[in-house]
Amino acid sequence: MEHDKEVDVMEKNTVLSLRGLVKQFDNVTILDGIDLDIRQGEVAVIIGPSGCGKSTLLRCINALEPVQGGEILLEGEPVVSGGKNLPRIRQKIGMVFQSYDLFPHLTVMDNITLSPRKVQKRSREDAEREARELLGRVGLSDKEKSYPRELSGGQKQRVAIVRMLIMHPEILLFDEVTAALDPEMVREVLDVMLDLAAQGRTMLIVTHEMNFARAVADRVIFMDEGHIVEEGAPDDLFDHPQTERARSFLNMFTFESVRAAKQPV
Amino acid sequence: MTWDAEMTKMLVDGLRDTLYMVVFSTLFGYILGLPLGVLLAVSDRDGIRPRRVLYRVLDIVVNILRSVPFLILLILVIPLTKLLVGKSYGSTATIVPLTIAAAPFIARMVESSLKEVDHGVIEAAQSMGASNRTIILKVLIGEARTSLIVGVTIALGTILGYSAMAGVVGGGGLGDIAIRYGYYRYETGVMIVTVVILVLLVQILQVLGMMLARLTDRRKV
Repeated sequence: MEHDKEVDVMEKNTVLSLRGLVKQFDNVTILDGIDLDIRQGEVAVIIGPSGCGKSTLLRCINALEPVQGGEILLEGEPVVSGGKNLPRIRQKIGMVFQSYDLFPHLTVMDNITLSPRKVQKRSREDAEREARELLGRVGLSDKEKSYPRELSGGQKQRVAIVRMLIMHPEILLFDEVTAALDPEMVREVLDVMLDLAAQGRTMLIVTHEMNFARAVADRVIFMDEGHIVEEGAPDDLFDHPQTERARSFLNMFTFESVRAAKQPV
Repeated sequence: MTWDAEMTKMLVDGLRDTLYMVVFSTLFGYILGLPLGVLLAVSDRDGIRPRRVLYRVLDIVVNILRSVPFLILLILVIPLTKLLVGKSYGSTATIVPLTIAAAPFIARMVESSLKEVDHGVIEAAQSMGASNRTIILKVLIGEARTSLIVGVTIALGTILGYSAMAGVVGGGGLGDIAIRYGYYRYETGVMIVTVVILVLLVQILQVLGMMLARLTDRRKV
């Protein structure tokens, strides 16, 4: 009895659960048996070399890619590509993409309110009220009538984050959201994400911003060749990686000073 | 033949008949072609609901219809025209073959317009739980509208050209006048006037269509 109760609490706290996830493209295995649990309020950051499958993993979680094996459970409910429950369950999974993917023909306001109105059938007034509130929080109150082309990359990405937040998702997926941005715009987007983390949101982030990962993550997951190779608290993983593969990956982000080796001028 | 009031009336009537045929054929062409084009775009391999067999069947049907020369189609569908309109000549009757010729051509243009919509934008809508219906109406058609409007302009111009061909079998309109007077009776003047009117029509349609397309385009400054 006691045990059952514990399991129950465990399941309630686990928002997302991946079991033996396998993804193949034309017989090439991209994800090779991924097991992962994300708890309520946890911020997990996935790092790894390009082509390791980290972006594909996020796309699978949102059923944008069909999987060839294993299962994805969101609050205990299976996420299956082409499944009947998919439109409903996807509303609980917010996703922000590297390329922003705002609707170019719609204003910022319409970009944000399209889904709450058309998918969740909320009234225009209600959706616009919340959109204004969220735009205010990311510092874009004056942009609601703008079109995406009139915004900078950082502004577009903040709009994309608002567009996701207005759906009230249970878990937020971020797929290299600053990878396409100029350095001076990276910060404004990362600040918004830090703010969300501080609010206790459940987040799964794929990024190459190692300093940001260290600051935001409760847990860092290192992936390589379709496997989770190593995971742990950020300070442990960054400062004392246990595996050779993680060590050599992290070494790419540090540089030895060349001054000592230089001949005296 | 001298230029008189009767002549002017004939040309005005011809212009009216031509516009009548072109507008209704395009309208019916879109009533058939738009859903067909959506179905093609959606059911193709990279579409939002891939249906291999359905796509192949539609693809082949559209190709067959598009490869029949319009003059042959005009004659082939006479039984159907008689069934629908009651006669096989005149401008109303010509709307039937014009629509049949236009629909598959329109479907292809709609398909290609919808396929131009950035896949990332579609995935963004999917990730928010949008149904295929919402994606088709709000994302695909909404985002492709500039291209769709250009398509309407092209369709109107092409159907105008077809409608002139229908003059050969007594289809009515300006093409009919050009053939009867200009070709059979060697009245070159009349033929030139009708051709000039047709050229002007295409020009006006083109300018208006492009203007509308530009006005609805939010993607560039």
